[in-house]
Amino acid sequence: MLEIKDLAVQYGKQAPTIEHFNLSMKKGEIISVVGESGSGKTTVIRAVLGALAGSGRVTSGDILFHGQSLLNNSRDEWRKLRGTKMSMIFQDCGGTLNPIRRIGSQYVEYICTHSNKSSQEAWALGVSMLEKMRLPDAENIMKSFPHQLSGGMRQRVGIAMAMTFNPELLLADEPTSALDVTTQAQIVRQMMELRDNFDTGIIIVTHNLGVAAYMADQLIVMQYGKVVDRGTRDEVMNHPTNDYTKRLLAAVPEMGGERFVS
Amino acid sequence: MFHESELVLQANHIVKQFPASGGRTLTACNDVNLSVYKGKTLGIVGESGCGKSTFVRMVISMDKPTSGEILYRDKNIVAMTKKEIWENRQNMQMVFQDPLASFNPKMRIIDILTEPLMNYGRLKKSEKEAKAKELLEMVELPADFMYRYPHNMSGGQRQRVSIARALSLEPEILVCDEATSALDVSIQKTVIELLVRLQEEKQISMIFICHDLALIQSFAHQIAVMYLGHIVETIPGADVSDKALHPYTQALLGAQFSIHMDPNEKIESIESEAPSPLDVPKGCPFQNRCEHCSEKCKTVKPVLKEVEPGHEVACHYVTDKK
Repeated sequence: MLEIKDLAVQYGKQAPTIEHFNLSMKKGEIISVVGESGSGKTTVIRAVLGALAGSGRVTSGDILFHGQSLLNNSRDEWRKLRGTKMSMIFQDCGGTLNPIRRIGSQYVEYICTHSNKSSQEAWALGVSMLEKMRLPDAENIMKSFPHQLSGGMRQRVGIAMAMTFNPELLLADEPTSALDVTTQAQIVRQMMELRDNFDTGIIIVTHNLGVAAYMADQLIVMQYGKVVDRGTRDEVMNHPTNDYTKRLLAAVPEMGGERFVS
Repeated sequence: MFHESELVLQANHIVKQFPASGGRTLTACNDVNLSVYKGKTLGIVGESGCGKSTFVRMVISMDKPTSGEILYRDKNIVAMTKKEIWENRQNMQMVFQDPLASFNPKMRIIDILTEPLMNYGRLKKSEKEAKAKELLEMVELPADFMYRYPHNMSGGQRQRVSIARALSLEPEILVCDEATSALDVSIQKTVIELLVRLQEEKQISMIFICHDLALIQSFAHQIAVMYLGHIVETIPGADVSDKALHPYTQALLGAQFSIHMDPNEKIESIESEAPSPLDVPKGCPFQNRCEHCSEKCKTVKPVLKEVEPGHEVACHYVTDKK
């Protein structure tokens, strides 16, 4: 479904942020991109969505979605793809919502932009999506402002919005990093259900190796903008061959694992 | 497991309330009792908004509790005058989550490191360089870093500098508020190793706030689990993974992701969210998310009861069963 060939991205005149990035993804597959800060993992998915920040641009390589290159899409072509065929969840979905408009009004606008539903139909669809995300009292949430919801609830609203048109590809940039562990577990479980119920392909970028390992069919480890290791979960997590991966895995604190004090 | 004689700091019945809009009160800490022992680490875990940061702010006299007392070496620091608090700060120092925000961006590392000592008149200007060098060596940084500015360093290096600054006064207690949360895992590990080494060398007591149970259990001697301003369980660090009893601690454990976990295994996690601290339910604070909730839990607030030496739980379900 998605294929990235030898991608290189550069911001301004700096050295390339990512180089030689390859990825191919089937429908309903979950790929985790892990790495430490500054390794270029967010840049990868921003490039896929054509939303590189500031002066970022793709300098070589190609991104194919169903065999079609995304790099030379016009604004209209992007508009047809984004939000319907592919959508994105951010680290702080609350931050992507307009703070002075109610959730419902933004949600309805989003649905009406991408379809020819009436606003009543859009409202009903929004409510049903929020209910699917197991948000209690969806009608009330539609009438709330973003700041009236907790971080976990806002994140779920963001995921509900991203899933409205049942996209084939969901890009998730650190979707659980800002959340408490119990909320993180809830969100991860819901993302897994998306794949089971809707066959959504997910690329999740995270620095939490535990989450990455739990979710992913395929893992990509990045360092300094290069892919240093890749493979199935079992290959990367249980039988790592790369030194960097080994070091990274050894540094993850584990319950009942290594103790530094007696 | 700890000797009374080694007791350094003791918090008794700490309550902290903030006024909120509409005449309501927000109870951030509700009857918190904790002890810190010489050369040991007390870890405090809990989710955002549970009052763990509020508690340590009171420990280092940045806030005053509404009621209760904090005894440092048998002196009540709550009742101290401003002058005494200022003097007492030399005994307890803090490392914050984001060193970039806690450093003055226009000061060089040498000035940042020696400012506390200069403040207390414990260092001459001519000795600054030697002292900065010594402090940098202590946290395994090259001496020429003293002429850098905070923005010229990586996050892990900056956090080392803030540890060095906090330890420059040779405090007895070091308070770390999420000191490693902003760091990458590999750097997090080296910072923890550094803290543990310094603790052993200098016999420092640490209070370490953390939301990552897996991390805190790797180096804390005692762990306190906080929920909605209440301590719900205190347990020796080594025992958390298999002896934790409180349903909330269990929930935290169940929500942990491990790199070696079986992907087909369902993650256990409690549904719903913590109630607002403005509206703490009567009875057990955890009642609305607990699967063992009974009528008693809804009316009677459980208190901490010892189940084993060094292990206390506040839960009717656990203690009534015994």
